[in-house]
Amino acid sequence: MIKAKGLKKTFNKGTIDEKVAIDGIDLHVSKGNFVTVIGSNGAGKTTLLNLISGTVEPDAGEIFLDGSRVTHLPEHKRAKYLGRIFQNPLTGTAASMTIEENLAMADLRGQPRGLRWGVTKARRDFYREKLKMLELGLEDRLKESVSMLSGGQRQSLTLLMATLSLPKLLLLDEHTAALDPKTAQRVMDLTDKIVRENNLTTIMVTHNMHQAIRYGNSMIMLHEGRIIFDSEGDSKRALTVEEVVRRFGADLKDETLLS
Amino acid sequence: MLFYGFWRTIPISLEQGLAYALVALGIVISFRILAFPDLTVDGSFALGGAVVSRLIMEGVPPIYGILMAIICGFIAGCCTGLLNTRLKINSLLAGILMMTILYSVNLRIMGRSNIQLLTVNTLLTPLENLDVNRFIPIIAFFFVLTFIVKFLTDMFFQTQIGFAMRATGDNEQMIRTLGVNTDNMTVLGLGMSNAFVAFSGALVAQDQGFSDIGMGIGMIVAGLAAIIIGETLIGKTTVSRMTLAAIVGSIIYKFIIAIGLRLGLAPTDLKMATGGMVILALGFPALKKGKEAKLHLRGV
Ligand SMILES: Nc1ncnc2c1ncn2[C@@H]1O[C@H](COP(=O)(O)OP(=O)(O)OP(=O)(O)O)[C@@H](O)[C@H]1O
Ligand SMILES: [Mg+2]
Repeated sequence: MIKAKGLKKTFNKGTIDEKVAIDGIDLHVSKGNFVTVIGSNGAGKTTLLNLISGTVEPDAGEIFLDGSRVTHLPEHKRAKYLGRIFQNPLTGTAASMTIEENLAMADLRGQPRGLRWGVTKARRDFYREKLKMLELGLEDRLKESVSMLSGGQRQSLTLLMATLSLPKLLLLDEHTAALDPKTAQRVMDLTDKIVRENNLTTIMVTHNMHQAIRYGNSMIMLHEGRIIFDSEGDSKRALTVEEVVRRFGADLKDETLLS
Repeated sequence: MLFYGFWRTIPISLEQGLAYALVALGIVISFRILAFPDLTVDGSFALGGAVVSRLIMEGVPPIYGILMAIICGFIAGCCTGLLNTRLKINSLLAGILMMTILYSVNLRIMGRSNIQLLTVNTLLTPLENLDVNRFIPIIAFFFVLTFIVKFLTDMFFQTQIGFAMRATGDNEQMIRTLGVNTDNMTVLGLGMSNAFVAFSGALVAQDQGFSDIGMGIGMIVAGLAAIIIGETLIGKTTVSRMTLAAIVGSIIYKFIIAIGLRLGLAPTDLKMATGGMVILALGFPALKKGKEAKLHLRGV
């Protein structure tokens, strides 16, 4: 589904602030797989997702999505392949617009937009059905502005928006990190449910070792822009936090990873 | 005496407020919906006046003159958008550049610094020749026209493209991940905004009976003042509220100005007074809560 070869990205090249964020990454995620990505602050996790989505252009390497080369394709032209949720709950929705308007925009992901009505009666019923799944009562608040929602509600709505038109690849960037533990768990369970039900190919970045081990069928660990460990299938299932810490504890001076 | 003067200012405020309302409506699209601080307005307003007067003098029917003015305003706005999105010029500077360029363009179009329209037939001449108080048909005409434009604008912002444009101003990153070319949305929105402004310039030129190279000076600040006044009364929670606020605000602004003039404000101090109003309105929240004035803008 997604293939990346020899990806490299250095920010502020040739200046005093030069920072190698991605230092040669090869990645292959086949259809229907759920990969978790773990690593400490500044390891390059977000940058890796930005390279895949086209938010950032690589200095070297190639990216293929669904068989086509997208390395230098602008972000808005990759949209038809990708659903994405950001680290910051405010990034995923347009706050001044209503819940149904946000869903309607997500409904047209990657499609040409015209002068037809943004929200139609038939689609509104569909959105209502989908919102019921969140069990947050949002189905009765379709015409309310998103700015009225809490962070957890907004991130749940973003999750729905990102998966509404069943993207070929779902990119999740610590999408539960800014939520309180209980809400975070709810959103994570919901994510897992949606991903399984639709068999979505998913890359999920997380800071939390337990989460990385518990969800998905393979895991990679990033450190200073490189993949230092990967594990899949049975060996991933047998993985424990203690084992990972024993092997990489020295590198990962980052307590949040283990919390 | 004062009371009598107060009532006398109402028809003239209505007439002018409605004639200038499309400027405020245009600024709603740039500043509020796109969050783009577009300063092209001063130039595109005079552009509308210049185009319509020149064409009327050339014997073109006024209605075609107005259409041409709208098209020229659209192009001017698109140019500002292109300077910002393609050449990556800061949004404020892009607007100032276009405004400056338009000064020369407007002089070229008019061939001199002003054109009198009092002796020729304009779109408003048939209304002025009716056998009633001049204000009645003119105000009715501007009223109907302004509200038609308002409703069409409201409808546009309920379409798929309209949603994409609103989201471009609200959360550019988000709508780009949904496949929208936000640069194109910015260019299109600025084109629409300045088309409205030029439309207003074309109407005002015919209403006042002349167009002048300086007629756009201070237009952006006056438009902002109108929007701020309107929004305090009507709010800005939905697009239709914002557009209504622009129209109502424009009328009230003209009313305040008319009262001010009656109370002895020198016409030469008008722009200073308007500027002061905007500074107060934008800065007041900062003084009160010790916070930054909240005007979310992109590209600066
Ligand atoms: N736009 C940018 N300009 C300059 N440097 C950047 C930029 N984006 C990321 N970096 C740098 O690249 C490195 C990797 O950042 P990245 O955001 O990918 O880390 P991360 O693994 O997502 O970290 P976190 O867990 O804190 O989110 C960091 O050192 C960061 O400072
Ligand atoms: Mg990150």
